[in-house]
Amino acid sequence: MAAVRSRGQLVANRAAIAAVLVITLVFLAPIYWIGSTAFKPRALATTVPPTVFFAPEITPFIKLFTKRVQLTKPVDEATYNAAPWWEQRILDNGERVLRTGENVQLSAYPSRFMNSLIIAITSTVLAVGMGTFTAYGFSRFRVKGEQDLLFFILSTRMLPPVVVAIPMFLMYRAVGMTDTHIGLIILYTAFNLSFSVWLMKGFMDEIPKEYEEAALVDGYTRMQAFFKIVLPEAATGIAATAVFCFITAWNEYAFALIMTNRRAQTAPPFIPSQLGSGVIDWTVIAAGTFLFLLPVAIFTFALRGHLLRGVTFGAIRK
Amino acid sequence: MAHVRLRNITKTFGSHTALEDLDLEIADGEFFVLLGPTGAGKTTTLRLVAGLEKPTAGTVEIGGIDVGGWSAAERDVALVLQQYSLYPRYTVRQNLEFPLKSNIRRLPQAEIDQRVAKAAKTLRIEHLLDRKVDRLSGGEMQRVSIGRAIVRSPRIFLMDEPLSNLDAKLREALRSELKDLQMQLGATFLFVTHDQIEAMSMGDKVGVLNNGRLAQVGTPHEIYHHPRDTYVASFVGSPAMNLLAADLLGDRLRIPSGAIEFPIGAALRARFGRTSGPLTLGIRAEDVHLDPDGMIDARVWGVENHGVEKIVTLKAGDCLFKATMPATTPTDIDAPMRLSFDQSKLHLFDAETGLNLSQEGRELQAAE
Repeated sequence: MAAVRSRGQLVANRAAIAAVLVITLVFLAPIYWIGSTAFKPRALATTVPPTVFFAPEITPFIKLFTKRVQLTKPVDEATYNAAPWWEQRILDNGERVLRTGENVQLSAYPSRFMNSLIIAITSTVLAVGMGTFTAYGFSRFRVKGEQDLLFFILSTRMLPPVVVAIPMFLMYRAVGMTDTHIGLIILYTAFNLSFSVWLMKGFMDEIPKEYEEAALVDGYTRMQAFFKIVLPEAATGIAATAVFCFITAWNEYAFALIMTNRRAQTAPPFIPSQLGSGVIDWTVIAAGTFLFLLPVAIFTFALRGHLLRGVTFGAIRK
Repeated sequence: MAHVRLRNITKTFGSHTALEDLDLEIADGEFFVLLGPTGAGKTTTLRLVAGLEKPTAGTVEIGGIDVGGWSAAERDVALVLQQYSLYPRYTVRQNLEFPLKSNIRRLPQAEIDQRVAKAAKTLRIEHLLDRKVDRLSGGEMQRVSIGRAIVRSPRIFLMDEPLSNLDAKLREALRSELKDLQMQLGATFLFVTHDQIEAMSMGDKVGVLNNGRLAQVGTPHEIYHHPRDTYVASFVGSPAMNLLAADLLGDRLRIPSGAIEFPIGAALRARFGRTSGPLTLGIRAEDVHLDPDGMIDARVWGVENHGVEKIVTLKAGDCLFKATMPATTPTDIDAPMRLSFDQSKLHLFDAETGLNLSQEGRELQAAE
């Protein structure tokens, strides 16, 4: 890299850094708000202006995971002292945790969260897997009507998905697939597939076909060459595609809202549904949202190296 | 080792015809060079032999057996390409082992190690074995590519311009190394290049491709000294052969653009099998000499210095042609010169078909 040469460049550099800093802060502000609200005492959640300094507590998360009812009368001291620490936090708020026998009754949140994970991961694996094979086929073989087929695949993205929500719902109800995991998995895979095919086609086109041809001549089958040579080269593209597909599936709201209500409901429609019941406890909503953000953040962070497309395709000499 | 035969091969890609009715025979142990400009169909021919393409018509035989239905893996040929031929994530050793580890070979590790060691020694790349291939120089990469071919002892070596991306010095060095290697292995090589120097210096046989058709097959000597047509004459040799429009007038030959006219001997006339008509006269630059009594009166038009010799472009009338001269010859621009050429070195081609008339003459003589 060239060193900063003149004063003008130095100033320009500083200005660019400052601009990036401001933009980053603007984008991080809502996330900070959610994050801080998730650890606030309930009384401070809705103050205007927002409270910045407070003693963080874990109570919103305890509430998030448990089923609770209002106390009709205060509990006596012996009962309070006998309760575990986390239950005391609930009692402090004038509520008690519901139990079946000895077992704490969990709220619906953990199961909705699991639904989100199962559906997003499965549909991502399917969409990226099928997309990779399809893209390889389009990239390497003479496919009759290739351009038309690719356009057809792309055209599935041209309609806002909500437009087909009602017909889809009727179809799903007719075959009994509403509120099933497999129902949403198929739906999300279908959404992501066109995107996955197009993105992977770009990456596949960049891998010189000479690599596989060398492997074919060296005594390997097309399939072996694909797995031994092409797939490792395509890792970057697969990672990037997977991140995008996962985010789409993880964040999807409209279809999840229409197609599911209990067994297969994902977190996005579930979290706001908690707004309606009685008094709004923003700290619990914030805690649920905060945890919901984590998987995508972790997934993206883990694959960040692949997302930077500075990776060269190995031993190329042009 | 094997003998290769292509019979009546035609290959089309959509509406584009890459190869047309190509017949080619490569003897066992022969270094065969396919020479031609970009787009002539050299690489397509090579890929057809490798099994990476299927011919639209015609058959490919290796060792006397039609291999039309065989996959690339089954044909047991090795391929060295201009670039991208090494697996980028592997070390040199892994690259060399790769073909030996395929399911169709299943060699024991001891033999793999031994073969890799031998190939590395032959190509002097032993010190590179544990290096990643993206840390190699261009010359080292091509050595490793060749190494990956020789570890297998394949039936045929197919090379697609393996030296084209290297700098001049390295190319020269690898050229003789490759030729030595081929003699040492006694292997059949099909070598594709657009570089006529490579073709001339390495090939036992050279095939000149022109637009999907084989213009001529012969030894480098035949190709250079007896070009079958004007295409071969102009493609092979540096500088290209001078080709001038001329008229044959009985025992005289006239070059109208240069206002040059000279008598031709009976021996020469006999070679052509015809006595009059328009034709194309060909003469190599090295066969044009300075001669105070010469019949060509020309002026120096341009000079290209090549060290020991220079290539001088001369103008006689409206006619431009080239001559090779010692570097010590004074060649000021516009200086007048008298030149002549040896009549026995003249080539005459049919003005329309471009075919060499001495060929026609020979055939006529044979017919008589």
